[in-house]
Amino acid sequence: MDWSKHKIFETNSIILLVGILIVVSIGGIVEIAPLFWLSSTIEKVQGMRPYSPLELTGRNIYVREGCYLCHSQMIRSLRDEVERYGHYSLAAESMYDRPFQWGSKRTGPDLARVGGKYSDEWHTLHLKNPRTVVPESVMPGYSFLAERRVDATYIADDLTALQAIGDPYTDEMVAQAGADLKAQVDPDSDGAEALLERYPKAQVRQFDGNPEFISEMDALIAYLQMLGTLVDFTTFDASGPNLR
Amino acid sequence: MGKPEFDAATGTETTGHEWDGVKELDNPLPLWWLWVLWASVVWSVGYWIAMPAWPLVASYTQGLLGYSQRAVVANDLSQAKAAQAVYLEKIATADLAAISADAELLRFSLAGGAAAFGDNCAPCHGRGAQGATGYPNLNDDDWLWGGKLEDIQQTLKVGIRSNHPDTRVNPMPAFGRDEILEPAQIADVVEYVLTLSGGDADAAAAGRGKAIFAEQCAACHGEEGKGNMELGAPNLTDVLWLYGGTREAIRQTVRNSRAGVMPSWEGRLSSDTIKQLAIYVHSLGGGQ
Repeated sequence: MDWSKHKIFETNSIILLVGILIVVSIGGIVEIAPLFWLSSTIEKVQGMRPYSPLELTGRNIYVREGCYLCHSQMIRSLRDEVERYGHYSLAAESMYDRPFQWGSKRTGPDLARVGGKYSDEWHTLHLKNPRTVVPESVMPGYSFLAERRVDATYIADDLTALQAIGDPYTDEMVAQAGADLKAQVDPDSDGAEALLERYPKAQVRQFDGNPEFISEMDALIAYLQMLGTLVDFTTFDASGPNLR
Repeated sequence: MGKPEFDAATGTETTGHEWDGVKELDNPLPLWWLWVLWASVVWSVGYWIAMPAWPLVASYTQGLLGYSQRAVVANDLSQAKAAQAVYLEKIATADLAAISADAELLRFSLAGGAAAFGDNCAPCHGRGAQGATGYPNLNDDDWLWGGKLEDIQQTLKVGIRSNHPDTRVNPMPAFGRDEILEPAQIADVVEYVLTLSGGDADAAAAGRGKAIFAEQCAACHGEEGKGNMELGAPNLTDVLWLYGGTREAIRQTVRNSRAGVMPSWEGRLSSDTIKQLAIYVHSLGGGQ
């Protein structure tokens, strides 16, 4: 071994630092750069749309309360998971999740396709005190959500921020964010129709059974009830050009 | 560097590195360790060739084996289906009564139905189908929409107040909230309803309530209060109550109505799974 050549690195910290940067960059470029061009990284899937203002509010509550610590939103392509939860999750189904909610631990069940599986009333009872409907549950209760009003002051700012980083919110959606948020719990209003045009498949109704005000419970249930419902899997072709 | 230098104590060659008088010895790596290293290198080359591995500019190397997780799970599912095909094919074509009559198909359906029940129904109806307030007990023979195999299958398919176009709906008016009846009239009719199932009630009030019942309630619940499964109107003469049979619970029901929701399972579960579930629920004790 010729010690004298290696001595250049071991005795000059700047040269060592530059050497480290070059080697790490090569690894980084090889691993990360192709993700921006690989056509199979994000496959185009019909039906995905950004979250409606109320759903987005619910998602923020989901993140705030740390639901991801016990619930995953990622059905893996394994027989037992597909038979229990439904079609395995697609990368595109998380494309508007910032950050994604795949999670890494399942103390509770996976929620990627919980939308439509239970009634709103069940969700309300269950979120207030899970033992009411599932005696063996170890989930904490979140009854305060029903008392907290949704603060709609900043919802347009939320949409603007997401628009800035590439979510396809139109300027109209941003301008109507506050109205859309209110319309989603008011099925008979004119706004409900406009909401559905902007956000197809959005579910419009009273979610927590309390028409007095829009609660965080409304928002969270609106979010839970839409999870996994946007993509129509009767028309999805898994063996298409994006087979992986 | 110059000529090799040997450590006096061990006789091992040094690397020539020296830190404050301490010299590094140049012991060779254990041979087994080197073999594992080189074997791993060779294995990785084979892996690159056989499996999806290297990213290219717009694509990636597919690998000679054509491995794909999606293909694997599709294959697992179709193999499982093929293993059950002998039963599933018969279940798909046979009607529910014929499935129940065939001992093998019945055994298969009960097992499949129990598994599907645990995954999909237990959160509301309970692990043992015992139900809870607002969620019917499926072990008893008190049915809202009928306890025959076909009735249960239909309820599973379309749900109750679900988003299915043919969903079952049993709309009861909110007699108090919508001011159809005066609070005093509601109190009277509640006393009468209590007498139907033999409960303690104020006889005078119940007498007044009887006329109100005949006018407002009998159209769905029947003149004798025995209910009507065509309309999903519960039988009021038994002691089984979905929302509670106390005076206060009944008053709440009459005042505000109840509107329980069951999701539609058509589309979410396959039609043979729904058939198995119907047979399982029918077998729990109350099937008619």
